[in-house]
Amino acid sequence: MAQHTNQGAHDAHGSHEAHGSLKSYVIGFVLSLVLTAIPLIIVLNDVLKGTAATVVLLGSAVLQFIVQLVYFMHLKEEGKPRYNMMVLILGLIIVLTIVAGSIWIMTYNKVA
Amino acid sequence: MAHSSNRAVAAPSHGDGHGHEGHHDLEGMRMMGFWIFLITDCILFGSLFATYVVLSGNTAGGPTGAELFEMLGVIAETFILLTSSFTSGLAVLCMNKGDRKGLIVWLAITVLLGASFITLEITEFVNLVHEGAAISTSASWSAFFTLVGTHGLHVSVGLVWMIAIMIQLGRHGINSVTRRKVGIISLYWHFLDVVWIFVFTIVYMMGVM
Amino acid sequence: MWDNVKDFASDFFVTGDPLIYGADVAIVLTMVAIVSALTYFKKWTWLWKEWLTTVDHKKIGIMYVIAALLMLFRGGIDALLMRTQLAVPELEFLNPEHYNAIFTTHGVIMILFMAMPLMFGLFNLVIPLQIGARDVAYPFLNSLSFWLFFMGAMLFNLSFVIGGSPDTGWLAYPPLSEKAFSPGVGQDFYIWGIQISGIGSLMTGINFIVTILKMRTPGMKLMKMPMFTWSTLSSCLTIILAFPILTVTLALLFIDRYLGAHFFTLDGGGNPMMYINLIWMWGHPEVYIVVLPAFGIFSEVVATFSKKRLFGYKSMVFALMSISVASFFTWAHHFFTMGSGANVNAFFAVTTMIIAIPTGVKIFNWLFTMYRGRLSFPTPMLWMLGFIPCFVVGGMTGVLLSVAPADFQFHNSYFLIAHFHQVLIGGVAFGYFAGLYYWWPKVFGFKLNEKLGKWAFWLWNIGFYVCFMPQYFLGLMGMTRRLSTYGWDKGWYELNLISTIGGFLMGIGFLFQVWQILHSIKFMERDTTGDPWDGRTLEWSIPSPAPMYNFATLPRVSEKDDWWEEKQRIAQGGAPSPRPKLEPIHMPKNSGIPIIMSACFFVAGFGFIFDWLWMAIPGLVGVAACMLAHSFNYNTDYYIPVEEIKRTEAAAGRAI
Repeated sequence: MAQHTNQGAHDAHGSHEAHGSLKSYVIGFVLSLVLTAIPLIIVLNDVLKGTAATVVLLGSAVLQFIVQLVYFMHLKEEGKPRYNMMVLILGLIIVLTIVAGSIWIMTYNKVA
Repeated sequence: MAHSSNRAVAAPSHGDGHGHEGHHDLEGMRMMGFWIFLITDCILFGSLFATYVVLSGNTAGGPTGAELFEMLGVIAETFILLTSSFTSGLAVLCMNKGDRKGLIVWLAITVLLGASFITLEITEFVNLVHEGAAISTSASWSAFFTLVGTHGLHVSVGLVWMIAIMIQLGRHGINSVTRRKVGIISLYWHFLDVVWIFVFTIVYMMGVM
Repeated sequence: MWDNVKDFASDFFVTGDPLIYGADVAIVLTMVAIVSALTYFKKWTWLWKEWLTTVDHKKIGIMYVIAALLMLFRGGIDALLMRTQLAVPELEFLNPEHYNAIFTTHGVIMILFMAMPLMFGLFNLVIPLQIGARDVAYPFLNSLSFWLFFMGAMLFNLSFVIGGSPDTGWLAYPPLSEKAFSPGVGQDFYIWGIQISGIGSLMTGINFIVTILKMRTPGMKLMKMPMFTWSTLSSCLTIILAFPILTVTLALLFIDRYLGAHFFTLDGGGNPMMYINLIWMWGHPEVYIVVLPAFGIFSEVVATFSKKRLFGYKSMVFALMSISVASFFTWAHHFFTMGSGANVNAFFAVTTMIIAIPTGVKIFNWLFTMYRGRLSFPTPMLWMLGFIPCFVVGGMTGVLLSVAPADFQFHNSYFLIAHFHQVLIGGVAFGYFAGLYYWWPKVFGFKLNEKLGKWAFWLWNIGFYVCFMPQYFLGLMGMTRRLSTYGWDKGWYELNLISTIGGFLMGIGFLFQVWQILHSIKFMERDTTGDPWDGRTLEWSIPSPAPMYNFATLPRVSEKDDWWEEKQRIAQGGAPSPRPKLEPIHMPKNSGIPIIMSACFFVAGFGFIFDWLWMAIPGLVGVAACMLAHSFNYNTDYYIPVEEIKRTEAAAGRAI
């Protein structure tokens, strides 16, 4: 992905990219497993309820998203200018707008 | 397009022309385009999530998700897809080492995991329909089947695509083109895993909570 | 057997209206004429090799423009039919059903199949030349985008003679557009036509973002890019963020209709309001998508014909980029009357007013560019000058509409109709016309006739005000949109008649443009300089029409408006900047896959529209097969040898 844009020239000459070690993938995998297990334990054993549970659930999901971005997709290693990062942030802002905006607008238009 | 290859033909004389931002590299440029495509796909799923969140309470007196979800199968799907995301990463590692055989083997394992994910999902859908929750049952189930089904469709497309890349790797070996294709498919696969995390959290976990 | 065929045909084809029979005959005759001309002159191979399979951005751009002008013709006819029906009270020229179909197709065609392709055409014709690139980032994808647009547009237009046109308004609000209330196939034509061309738009967006960010010639820093390039970047950014929402919205509507789901139905827990919420999340950014490039065009035109640098380059860049993001935060102003509560309405009223600020900034930038400039007024500049007052008034009425309480009065009235036509004709159409006139000599190597062009301009400009100013008053007098007729007692008679006259004046303006093009082709004077307007940006530094590789050697840029600065340096006795040595140029090969794949999409869409799975499934299989065929093809490019470059440049009168 990102780093190819700047290192692609070397690709053509058959050298290797400098990113993605076994270590980073294993760390990412273990963290993801943990972050999937936490909500399971909380919900299936009724440890938390209501808003607290929602916060923990969404929090673990967002954390896992970041873990995958960093350890699997190597977003941090992008060279400058960081167009991929910019587009990602912009996209996430729009996604958030779509979801939050729809919820807000539609609260007043509920049907059964 | 042209720039990159000018450089391939006459790299030394041209090298200094690329000091400014943006390297004219063909394969790198394609990776960037794919990244932007993934962002558009993010927004696609965002719209489906918004629809799901708004309509999920509208069961029209029919069954609710909390009543019908079989969490065991869903948990299995989650861990299978997570593992396949990891194995697709291992495939990229093999590629970087120039290990074609390892690369194809890890891709094959990823395909198998992906296929079992799809099998579980189809089984889940069939069971739901048998228990009286189809896409036409209520707004809630329409939104459920569309959101989860769209993700499943993405995974299925990814499977076909990955097999096509494996064949190409067999034919052409690891070169700049196949390298880019493997990079793209693994990125796609990680992305689908990320989407699934949110499906798992918002649809299933918050549904049964 | 024969009876079965007859039954089928009477359902399948649209019957009963003399206007449509006339159109049927015209379509068949045109098709026969085209096919026989191609066969007689033995042009099929030429057509296939030079145009249908081309991946050259310049040819794709030309095809976009031709398609867009054809669509402008059709959308314009729709408009004139409506104006004719409304000219006099209680006229029975069009029945209400026919009128519904016409305002629907007019809106869809003008926005999605006229403005969008004309915009993409200009992107294709200009952007690579302006940034010193030899093609777009993904030439294959570019061709695919065009053919998807084309097939989508054809599918949509087919509904006119087969199956029946959609008739639920240009955004097809449910529950009216649901199966229960629109059981015909027209609505499915709408969904599939837009869906197929929408995929193409999305890909064009990605394509040009990467082209602009990654393929600029050495030395062209972001803040040295021409303003049209900036406007394209901001428009494409909005495209990639907005179009996925449209895809989802239409897909959900289709699932409702096809699989009996309950997203937007009145029963089963569905909520039609959710559709309106979703579609405007795309729909509002969409109007900025089409207007932003027009701002870029005006910036180029005003700088060239004032012989001055654009005033306030940085503020212009900031205005363009901030609009492309801010456009995502105003969508609810399209449905203030939906009842989302005071907080929602207040928030979106304020965001709407805020977005008017960067737009106002640009108006001042253009005015200050002209201030103390060495002005000249050829046709592109005329359209620019016509645009400013028109857009200012359109913008001001937009701010009036953004006041939520007042909108309860204006909503869905002719006041609204007049407002958005003022920004879309005065902003978008005038802008793209300016662009077409301005870049025409670059594309074809000769200027369009100025005298006929001026006639066209004045007819359009006067016609516009005559047509739409009365509509503001009609709106305030209570005339609502989508009204197929009205009574004598309403007192709307005179203003409607005036409005109709204005509409026809614009129609005559269009005829003048067609005449102008034909006349200029016949009596053209070849432009041998490549720079007929004394331009400022890189596209004017190469021969017209541009050679297939655009730039024999890549220009090295050091300033904004680098070509203009270079000309000044040479005029003051400086030496032209040295050119690097020629090298073989790497080019993409033509491909037949885009047109075949888009045709498969067409077949699949048609199958789904009529619920013929025997047709839809093979169509989808064809799409998949084309994708795989492309993936397995590794032989996609070739080199132009140095000798051929030398020959081409010499033929264009350029010493190398």
